[in-house]
Amino acid sequence: MKPAPFEYHAPRSVEEALALLAQYGDEAKVLAGGQSLVPLMNFRLARPAHLIDLNRIPELAYVRPHDGGLAFGAMTRQYFLEEDPQVAARNPLLPVVARHIGHVQIRHRGTIGGSIAHADPVAELPLIATLLDAELVIRSQEGGERVAQPQEFFLHYLMTSLAPTELLCEVRFPALPPRAGWSFQEFARRHGDFAIVAAAAILEADANGVCTAARVAVAGGAPTPQRSQGAEAALVGQKLAPAAFDAAAEAAAAEADPESDIHASADYRRKMVRVFVRRALEAAASRLPKES
Amino acid sequence: MAEKVTVRLKVNGRDYEGTCEPRKLLSDFIRQDLGLTGTHVGCEHGVCGACTILLDGRTVRSCLLFAVQADGAEIMTVEGLAAPDGTLHPVQQAFWDQHGLQCGFCTPGFLMTVYEFVNQVQARNHQPSEEEIREALSGNLCRCTGYVNIVKAVQQACGIPVESPAAH
Repeated sequence: MKPAPFEYHAPRSVEEALALLAQYGDEAKVLAGGQSLVPLMNFRLARPAHLIDLNRIPELAYVRPHDGGLAFGAMTRQYFLEEDPQVAARNPLLPVVARHIGHVQIRHRGTIGGSIAHADPVAELPLIATLLDAELVIRSQEGGERVAQPQEFFLHYLMTSLAPTELLCEVRFPALPPRAGWSFQEFARRHGDFAIVAAAAILEADANGVCTAARVAVAGGAPTPQRSQGAEAALVGQKLAPAAFDAAAEAAAAEADPESDIHASADYRRKMVRVFVRRALEAAASRLPKES
Repeated sequence: MAEKVTVRLKVNGRDYEGTCEPRKLLSDFIRQDLGLTGTHVGCEHGVCGACTILLDGRTVRSCLLFAVQADGAEIMTVEGLAAPDGTLHPVQQAFWDQHGLQCGFCTPGFLMTVYEFVNQVQARNHQPSEEEIREALSGNLCRCTGYVNIVKAVQQACGIPVESPAAH
């Protein structure tokens, strides 16, 4: 339970970090909060020859307004999502979601960029990034800067489109639409565990309660978090009522293609996708402003 | 073997310096190099919470940090709770009064978590519900499963009246 030896690098700037990545490429691992990487190193499932620690780069830790939403430096700790008042004001979904990440001791250290770059298929932040079409700002020494969308960024279990020389530097979450209803629902065996299934929804409706826009995303139904186009199509233009929620939840379950593991069978996961999408829709609809 | 690094940090208000490989976990550095064995090592992969310390004022798992990362940091361990004359911190006294420990292995981690939690609720002048207390404790495991008395200890430390166990 002790990590294998490695060469330790503590760059003081993004430029230095990118130079180290350009030099060592796939021999190196980037250390952000370490709440997933260090356990893997303790188990020696990860044995990087070079460890590039981003914790001494202050320019990677910030929250600032961006285009109505918020841009987070990749090294911003997860607890900022819970504690920073501008987060709750612009995107009240984020603090609610953050409280489901591990435990408080994990969130004190874990980072927003680290969780997204690690790409656990049932982690909370990759799901919310997918739901909101977050912008992922990626830099490398040779390639400059590119902005990736979550749907192209998350490739498979723990796999992203990040090249070995690239660094995720910023995550931009848009603001929620002003009159939207939203919800995040997670099913885990124990508090703080990774989810078996999680679902999130954002709904907008006209004065008659007819859905004008819907976003639905699911984690645990596939190797990466997914928007459910079927569920969204089953909602838009329909009255936000039990019949539409049932149809959307069925559509999301039909789109899910989960695998069996020791925690749950594929069938059970698919059923839980239906149950938790249904709950997310009902809760999101209940948050819509009441028309008089 | 990787080149050794020098780590200078402040623990419980006192300056320390040590030299170790970069792969040395902070939990091991605290115990083996600094001789502060109050911090316990349980699972070594961030699940059990026995190694919880305060790093620059916030609880963290010391088994998920390398000692070199704490260079320049201020740390508080369980040894920093009691007064120099041995008087227990109110959180420790509450665990004592409420029998909030059995074998005691998980206790240092619980104490650090509860120390932070009690400070937060007192700063907000808030009286936490039992549910909030259990949520706050959820990152620490007690395999004696003595959670009922641990919850009572937290309630006592928060100034909530609890029925004390009968004197033996």
